[in-house]
Amino acid sequence: MIGLEHYLTVAAVLFVIGIFGIFLNRKNVIILLMSIELILLSVNINFVAFSSFLGDLAGQVFTLFVLTVAAAEAAIGLAILVCFFRNRGTIAVEDVNVMKG
Amino acid sequence: MISADLNIILPEILLAVYAMLALVGAVYTGKDKLASPLVWATAAVMLIMALWIGTTGSGTRVGFFGMFNDDAFSRFAKVVILIAAACVLIMGEAFMKRHNLLRFEYPVLVVLSVIGMMVMVSAGDLMTLYMGLELQSLALYVVASLRRDSEMSTEAGLKYFVLGALSSGLLLYGASLVYGFAGTTLFSGIIAAAGTGQLSIGLLIGLVLMISGLAFKVSAVPFHMWTPDVYQGAPTPVTAFFATAPKMAAMGLFARLLHDAFGAAVSDWSQVVALIAVLSMFLGSIAAIGQRNIKRLMAYSSIAHMGYALIGLAAGTQAGVQAMLVYMAVYVTMNVGTFAFILSMQKDGQPVTEVDSLGMYAKREPGRALAVLVLLFSLAGVPPLLGFFAKLGVWQAAIASDMYWLVVASAVASAIGAYYYLRIVYLMYFGEDREDALDAGGSPVLWGFLAASAFVMVAGVVNLFGIEGAAAAAAATLVN
Repeated sequence: MIGLEHYLTVAAVLFVIGIFGIFLNRKNVIILLMSIELILLSVNINFVAFSSFLGDLAGQVFTLFVLTVAAAEAAIGLAILVCFFRNRGTIAVEDVNVMKG
Repeated sequence: MISADLNIILPEILLAVYAMLALVGAVYTGKDKLASPLVWATAAVMLIMALWIGTTGSGTRVGFFGMFNDDAFSRFAKVVILIAAACVLIMGEAFMKRHNLLRFEYPVLVVLSVIGMMVMVSAGDLMTLYMGLELQSLALYVVASLRRDSEMSTEAGLKYFVLGALSSGLLLYGASLVYGFAGTTLFSGIIAAAGTGQLSIGLLIGLVLMISGLAFKVSAVPFHMWTPDVYQGAPTPVTAFFATAPKMAAMGLFARLLHDAFGAAVSDWSQVVALIAVLSMFLGSIAAIGQRNIKRLMAYSSIAHMGYALIGLAAGTQAGVQAMLVYMAVYVTMNVGTFAFILSMQKDGQPVTEVDSLGMYAKREPGRALAVLVLLFSLAGVPPLLGFFAKLGVWQAAIASDMYWLVVASAVASAIGAYYYLRIVYLMYFGEDREDALDAGGSPVLWGFLAASAFVMVAGVVNLFGIEGAAAAAAATLVN
């Protein structure tokens, strides 16, 4: 029997993978965007699992909002990334370093 | 029923309609030729809106089954946000035109982010909180990279986007746990489910994750890493915007979440907030010492100031929220004046951000130098000026909550921080006169904002222009 804990565990694992993807990734900004999506999707799993467990619809409504915002966020992130690529000719994470200190 | 609800968010709806009309109108007619009139029109609309909200609003109204509040607290924050955004738009107009940056999207994006901020400070539900926060953030990501052909500006936008999305993720994960353990997304339901005394472990983890997400938005340590880079990389008028309205909005949201949803568990979060406050004050004060770029320096200064404002929240009382609101209003006023000066810093038509270029500025421009001196003394918290009384307010609130160590730590941090403000004053009055010194003169609009802000810092000492009463009423509706 798959219960609430299983869903929460999967969501927590995905969340941690997403966080690590952001901090350990040294290669590519696209991977950062993928990690961010992973974090948002793990949150969605949490919301739907709680919503079903509690018998309360608000969590699923919240999920729809999160999905919509995630799409808008990805669009804006990619647009900024395209501008960045035009200026620098690279999207490697280690090249995002004009400003420091 | 629905018309009563719509009445409560009428200001937000009107602004949203205005933003969309302005966008469509500009696309189908003059495009960037319309940018300049659009900036002035937008500033006028926001000032009228501030006047409307400030003078007609009264009492507490709750709409959409508790998801959206219109009370004294949200009105106080909205008025500060709207006035700050309008001032920054007017200040930046000439600068952006001169550097060929003025596009019609800029005022539209500023209005959209202001709508997001107004929703944030009125939020009564986790969904409203999230949607307001994202509307604000998505617009801010775009304005940070407004200078599309600049490496610095696009890098600033990219860094802000990645870290901002990460913080939204943390906040959302926290929100999902709070929802799961409280069984509702409404703040009024969460405070009922939390009960008095210790929070359940799920709610506590959710609360800490949400505090982390919000600490990012107010640029508090340890989530401050984006601030210096974004302040430096973004075009200066955009930096001025970042330093004012969004800070007020994020602080308002912070206070709303902590008191409306977790007000029964003050002891659970006040230590966390106090720790963030101390770290912010010290990092902001110490890291700014080595900075030579005035925009970066202002970024560290804002990190430190957010630390002082968070002391008010850490106190966890009505007096604390009141002191925090007064602090934020004073901070926003000081930053409007300081950025009016930074916008006017130029050499042969090119913007200058090096602190050293201010050498002997007082000899060429005694009036401006005096106004900057007043503002910097006020930022440092030197006694006869308004900045000192703002700090005194949060200290009194902390002492009333028996947080003496917090007061001692913040006094030490502000003494360290005074060094870099005073260094600029020293350069202006006793520094060496360099070849690459700033041009004298400058736009009368910027001089007006600079002088007005400095005047407020001196004249406000008498009675704070009465904002203390408004802040007290605002705090009373939030904490009870």
